[in-house]
Amino acid sequence: MIRLEGLTRSFGDLHVLRGFDLEVATGETVAVIGRSGEGKSVLLKHVAGLLQPDSGEVWIGDEQVTGADRERVRRLRLSMGYVFQSSALFDSMTVAENVRLALRRHGTPAAEIEERARESLETVGLGGWEGRYPAELSGGMRKRAGVARAVAPRPTYLLYDEPTSGLDPVTTSMIDELVLQLKEDLRATSIVVTHDMRSACRVADRIALLREGRVSWLGTPEEIEHTDDAAVKAFVEGRRDLWPDD
Amino acid sequence: MAAVAGRTAGFAVDVLRATSEFRTWWPQLATQARRIGVDSVPIAMFIALFTGVVLALQSSYAFTGAVPLYFVGTLVGKTIILELGPVLTGLVLAGRVGANIAAEIGTMRVTEQVDALEMLAYDPLAYLAVPRVTAGLITFPIVVAFAVGMGIVAGWITSTGLLDLSSQEFVRGLRMFYRPFDLRYALIKSASFGVVVTSVGCLFGYTTSGGAEGVGRATTRAVVVACMVILVLDAFWAVVLL
Ligand SMILES: Nc1ncnc2c1ncn2[C@@H]1O[C@H](COP(=O)(O)OP(=O)(O)OP(=O)(O)O)[C@@H](O)[C@H]1O
Ligand SMILES: [Mg+2]
Repeated sequence: MIRLEGLTRSFGDLHVLRGFDLEVATGETVAVIGRSGEGKSVLLKHVAGLLQPDSGEVWIGDEQVTGADRERVRRLRLSMGYVFQSSALFDSMTVAENVRLALRRHGTPAAEIEERARESLETVGLGGWEGRYPAELSGGMRKRAGVARAVAPRPTYLLYDEPTSGLDPVTTSMIDELVLQLKEDLRATSIVVTHDMRSACRVADRIALLREGRVSWLGTPEEIEHTDDAAVKAFVEGRRDLWPDD
Repeated sequence: MAAVAGRTAGFAVDVLRATSEFRTWWPQLATQARRIGVDSVPIAMFIALFTGVVLALQSSYAFTGAVPLYFVGTLVGKTIILELGPVLTGLVLAGRVGANIAAEIGTMRVTEQVDALEMLAYDPLAYLAVPRVTAGLITFPIVVAFAVGMGIVAGWITSTGLLDLSSQEFVRGLRMFYRPFDLRYALIKSASFGVVVTSVGCLFGYTTSGGAEGVGRATTRAVVVACMVILVLDAFWAVVLL
């Protein structure tokens, strides 16, 4: 379970999060949608403890991330996978070394690391690219390598920051299937930040719209199609004229 | 100023604590020792070569026959071992090694690779800072030893080739005031410079913010600060140890 309670966070006089509440049940996937610059990446970094909120609390299972000491946060992160929006691959290492580094830390037996890394790159369609360096990959391939690195240790909490942005529809559905698969296999609790409504509806149990620093709408993929909420409609249909002025 | 001192002290404590993560940094020590130490030997030798030549010529010029010429050996030896070997090498490596570390870690910071390390549950300082600082501590004295050897050999060849001094005379001057402590002093100094250059590079790299410009700023600062600290530390050792 991931529970966020009243998160606020400002950068100078820019108030990004203004009382964000969300609870993601164990085994559930919640997609967070929202316009560019609304604070989705900032939100995800708070969940991971990479940023500290001005106020509010982040709970992972029955442990609090906010204010926890370094050791505790580190232990929690062993059960987390984070897909960075920018991929954040280690560029001095090959793709496979990136994945192996993740596996090594997570206590995978040395004999299995090689095999597991290859397997996990194959599931994102990067079989045969193990020896390449991140700089030699396309943007979408880097993104997928980032996904492979995050999911390889089979974490039970997964935070995806736009895992499918910049991917073609076929590869997108491949990643969607991976997200669903992990949910099934590990009962992973996930937050998926995305702009892609199709993908959101496919992988998420619930969808949350982040607007003005809070969850302005929360519902299932079925509900999102019939809602009257102007912002959601504007977002789903891609119509700027429907977007409520803030 | 107090804030900067506080942050620096906090960083030092964090790096020291990170040394307990042996399994994270140990595998990288050899690579870093090669990049920081072995790869620095040519430039250090190059500088020492010319320093040795110039020292020999200038001391003979300064003696003007009033001081016996074999003191050229003394002067070359003492100056290179005590001061120029460690300090010149330290300053040059502040540029070569310090800038390299600050730019590399700074780039990792602004491209979120440091965050990625944290998310993989590594201690970024154990992964990035500890192997570099340890490599600096171990390899700088070795690099300086090479430089000192080179400087003295260069001084000797210059003395016998260009000055009217025999090898025996040069060695006599060299040994006359030599004390084993000289070398120890040089090595202690060099080790401390190794720690300064690498940890200042790590500190500025680690605290980089703001894209390519931020990386540039961090790199410049790392070099300037490391050079200043080296000079201050040099004076400190002279006061404390001599
Ligand atoms: N480290 C930071 N310092 C200052 N401001 C920041 C920082 N990180 C984010 N912001 C600001 O917070 C706001 C939200 O940023 P965030 O990256 O979370 O947006 P986002 O919703 O993920 O957008 P996108 O969909 O384009 O990725 C932005 O206005 C950004 O300028
Ligand atoms: Mg974002």
